Amino acid sequence: MGVVTESQFHVLAVDDSPFDRKMIERLLQKSSCQVTTVDSGSKALEFLGLRESNESDDPNATSTSPEVEINLIITDYCMPGMTGYDLLKRVKESAAFRSIPVVIMSSENVPARISRCLEEGAEEFFLKPVKLADLTKLKSHMMKPKLKKESEKPAAEVKPEIEEKESSVIEILTLHQELDSEQQEPVLSNNKRKSMEEVISTTDR
Amino acid sequence: MGKFMQGYLDEQFMELEELQDDANPNFVEEVAASYFKDSARLINNIDQALRRGPLDFNRLDSYMHQFKGSSTSIGASKVKTECTMFREYCRAGNAEGCLRTFQELKKEHATLRKKLEHYFQVQASDQLCVINQLQNMC
Repeated sequence: MGVVTESQFHVLAVDDSPFDRKMIERLLQKSSCQVTTVDSGSKALEFLGLRESNESDDPNATSTSPEVEINLIITDYCMPGMTGYDLLKRVKESAAFRSIPVVIMSSENVPARISRCLEEGAEEFFLKPVKLADLTKLKSHMMKPKLKKESEKPAAEVKPEIEEKESSVIEILTLHQELDSEQQEPVLSNNKRKSMEEVISTTDR
Repeated sequence: MGKFMQGYLDEQFMELEELQDDANPNFVEEVAASYFKDSARLINNIDQALRRGPLDFNRLDSYMHQFKGSSTSIGASKVKTECTMFREYCRAGNAEGCLRTFQELKKEHATLRKKLEHYFQVQASDQLCVINQLQNMC
């Protein structure tokens, strides 16, 4: 069969500031994620394949799906035009993409803003500057939809519900591409993380 | 980093150093360059906005929000302090306070830039020393 490719989590990062994009990209790469960065909410929707107009009921509207599967969207809150909150709403309103976890980042600690985002379905709200430690929480969010899909396959050995406290174990598990029929295989070496640093990242400019 | 940078950069700068590795050996320098490019633009915008009277405090506050954000992310503690003060003056509608604070901010920013330039130069020459030493060992 050849080399087994480990499926890497692919994160779509949205921020209008070039500096912040550079930061979040490196943070995500360091957390062994593949990253695509875009500078606006509308570009994010474009990347996902969602048109601007709301087309959730239109059967013809599942436009070209992107070549990559996005496992998580992380977006700045304050952006001109479409805010991170607006983007969150659009994603959660979309039948095709509502299962993608969304994380909001903001440099301002506004409790009303935070609860509004969480109520709208954001998984996490990070205060900037985002730290490496914050990103370790993301892995469990990205795992849930994957594990749920895996559990629907007959050969899967995975329990559909993983509790938060097991996230340290989840961190070192890797899943194969969903298209593969191979079973998942737990990776127990911490050195794996280092070797996974050589990621191919795509950056949208 | 030691005494040379003390007070100018906080623990956030160390977080940046954690992100640097063999695959990304110049990350800190790159992100510093990005910060100074960004902040130069913001300083320019604020300068121009401060020349227009009466002052548009909302606009000034918005610029400073961005400036504070990136200054925080790079660990520029003194610059960040000035940003916070500036924003308070904006909210109070205190033009004189804004002008004064902005002068201080520009000074701190310029000092930080010099210090970081020196820091990266020292790092680069340290690396050259190490390489020389290794070569001499062969």
